[in-house]
Amino acid sequence: MGTVVANEVDVVALDDTLLKIGPFELNSRLIVGSGRYENATVMRQALDLSGSDCITVAIRRERLHDAYGDNLLDHIDSDQTILLPNTAGCYSAKDAVRVAHLGREILRALGNPGADWVKLECLGDSRTLLPDPISTLEATKQLVADGFHVLCYTTDDPVTARRLKQAGAAAVMPAGSPIGSGQGILNPNNIRIILEYLKNEDPEYPVIVDAGIGTASDVAQAMELGADGVLLNTAIAHARQPLVMATAMRHATLAGRQAFLAGRIPKRLYAAASSPMEGVIATHPFPRNEAK
Amino acid sequence: MIVQVNEQAVETTTGITVLDLLKQLGITTRHIAVEVNLSIVPFESHGDTILHDGDQLEVVTLVGGG
Repeated sequence: MGTVVANEVDVVALDDTLLKIGPFELNSRLIVGSGRYENATVMRQALDLSGSDCITVAIRRERLHDAYGDNLLDHIDSDQTILLPNTAGCYSAKDAVRVAHLGREILRALGNPGADWVKLECLGDSRTLLPDPISTLEATKQLVADGFHVLCYTTDDPVTARRLKQAGAAAVMPAGSPIGSGQGILNPNNIRIILEYLKNEDPEYPVIVDAGIGTASDVAQAMELGADGVLLNTAIAHARQPLVMATAMRHATLAGRQAFLAGRIPKRLYAAASSPMEGVIATHPFPRNEAK
Repeated sequence: MIVQVNEQAVETTTGITVLDLLKQLGITTRHIAVEVNLSIVPFESHGDTILHDGDQLEVVTLVGGG
């Protein structure tokens, strides 16, 4: 007798669409940040292992006396990766608009496709790094008028999220918890409400959970809730082993998305046996209460 | 004449262009944007934008960030 070989089973590949944000199409639903890495080599490797094809970058003064020093763009293949400039460090709409324009000019001069989009961060408080909703809204309106596709970093407040969409944001990006805090999604109900409100009659509108992701299960949770994508930085960059975490995040994004598309079972109060009761040979000491 | 670049005083030739000032500062990379008195000077215009005494420049680049 030969060995028993299990039949090969065709794995049904779940068809998924690309992540579309304005005119941009991303293969990966994970967007990563380029900050807080030990060095540029680790950053590049983490980007590759994450499977992401979009990376955020910040805009800062060029050093005047170290012009031949390492530049971030020496480590990112901008043919493979779309750059998403952010307005990190801005505490007013005026500053955020100014920085966004500078970012656009850099990418335009380089011919990078990321020239017309921006991750808008307009902060209201330096300890929590929470966004100021009023200046975020103001900056969104201005930047939309200036022809930008604006991805708005915001809180998990559904009212603000809806205002930002109405103001023309190309995507709304609610935080799971404060930037870099690793607390994961503190209020999944609000994220669900944001998804419902912003996708009402507009199911393709992108909602991306951005900020506070701590580990892979947070990413999976975001995707299972129905988020179109996740943006994270510190969760990989400051993991004990960033390259291992980058791989984990890639799997978590796929797992969460496929679980969402698959449609989960509901949560029941009582059990529903997964083996049949018919033909049971064991004695049953209690009256049977068949689950209906 | 003296111009401010990233809030640092820089001594330079009167009537210098943005392009030549960048060369003077050793900045030859294209990964930058330049603002003069809060107005962005596009890359194509660096060679024919003339600077004046007291002009305030910002020269920015892309760095790692989330």
